Amino acid sequence: MSLLDSSLWEVIVASFDPEIWKGLVVPIRETLYITAISSVIVLIIGLILGTLLTLTNPDGLFPIRVLYTTSGWFINVLRSLPQMVMIILMVPVARLIFGKSYGTNACIIAIAASCIPMYARIVESSLLEIDKGKIEAAKSIGSTVRQIVFKVIIPETLPSLIRGFTVAVIAVISMTALAGMFGAGGIGDIAVRYGYQRFQHDRLFACVYILVVLVQITQGVGNLISNRMLKKRNLI
Amino acid sequence: MSYIEIRDLHKAFYPHGERLDVLNGVDLDVEKGSIYGIIGFSGAGKSTLARCINRLETPDSGSIKVDGVDILKLGKKELLKHRQKIAMIFQSFNLFDSRNVYRNISYPLEIAGVPKKQIKERVDEVAELVGLSGKLESYPGGLSGGQKQRVGIARALVNKPDVILSDEATSALDPQTTLQILDLLKEINKKSGVTILMITHELDAIRYSCSHMAVLEEGRFIEKGNVKGIFNNPKSRTGELFAKVLKEFQDNNFEEGGGI
Repeated sequence: MSLLDSSLWEVIVASFDPEIWKGLVVPIRETLYITAISSVIVLIIGLILGTLLTLTNPDGLFPIRVLYTTSGWFINVLRSLPQMVMIILMVPVARLIFGKSYGTNACIIAIAASCIPMYARIVESSLLEIDKGKIEAAKSIGSTVRQIVFKVIIPETLPSLIRGFTVAVIAVISMTALAGMFGAGGIGDIAVRYGYQRFQHDRLFACVYILVVLVQITQGVGNLISNRMLKKRNLI
Repeated sequence: MSYIEIRDLHKAFYPHGERLDVLNGVDLDVEKGSIYGIIGFSGAGKSTLARCINRLETPDSGSIKVDGVDILKLGKKELLKHRQKIAMIFQSFNLFDSRNVYRNISYPLEIAGVPKKQIKERVDEVAELVGLSGKLESYPGGLSGGQKQRVGIARALVNKPDVILSDEATSALDPQTTLQILDLLKEINKKSGVTILMITHELDAIRYSCSHMAVLEEGRFIEKGNVKGIFNNPKSRTGELFAKVLKEFQDNNFEEGGGI
């Protein structure tokens, strides 16, 4: 059903048709799959990169100026590319790794390349938030750099890291939809093929509902966990 | 030979490209088991001196010996061991918010690789000493200032240190709590014989707890000696000033233990 020949209300009603939702089961699964895998990759590599960035900072615990400057520069380069350009740019890379330049796995590379630098910066700013006195106390007790990172800095900033990760997952979801345009499947693919190319706005609306719900759930869960942690620590 | 022996210590910082001499030839001798006060106005170099003793700050020249060991010559690993024996307590407590009281106190033992069972025994013992036995499950976020400093002291004590560096430990507390914390430090000193270096700008804290003191001004000790002697017969400008402030203080019949 299209907005071209039906009223908004009719399209909204039609968007809840079980037939439409049956056709969305597979795309939803694809979107969840892409989001989950990409988020895990973004989490792991972003955390490592962000921690490295914080440590090698000239004022950090393990200053290595060359590494700090080059990795900072590299991250900025990646961050300056719009998501769509990144997807196009990663086409040959995906072909090199998976043998084909389209499909769910191929788009995970583009998502990772785009969201890792973002999350790394968020991690960096979260880690820098820590009260320097705590690091000083840990040092004065005789902690090694590794102990300071894993027993003090990361646990102390965990609520903020979780909030940052929530932002990153939402960016991943939005990019998943975009990647649908380039043969990645998922909700974005349905939105483009039916909503844009065939004017089936009822299907488009259904896609919108799903994306909104996904983002709301992500944000809600992130807030819940982070707030629980702060409450447990008696900080709010 | 004294327990802590500092000779001709120099340290300069370059905050805005300009040289700032913070420590300007400091000599200090502290006897084992004493509570030694170091007083000075802010910017005199007190904290820098303390931070040199556990080498959070590396001096430019001079020597620091603790129990005969020159700590400026320690390698990386030895330095970490040294720091485990020189505990520090802070004005802002610097507790770990992500850990409850028990795990704050146990932290030094945890990183030293002490077995869990031994950790529990020692933490319980120390918590009892500082009066925190009922608070082990609480998080620092829910404690009062005095309780927080008790956690800080317990964390400092748990590893059976040889020296406690107290960097303005009572300066953020109200007079009554200050007195309680000073009493606690005195009690600990008596029981365990730990040497306490008390760095403060509060004259009363020193008068209340220390046997000896030194007055730091512009990176140098301008006066050193017996606490009573300095108060009764101040030779230096700072000593004079502090003594005057104190006299006014007494004349006004303030309670003991307050800030200046």
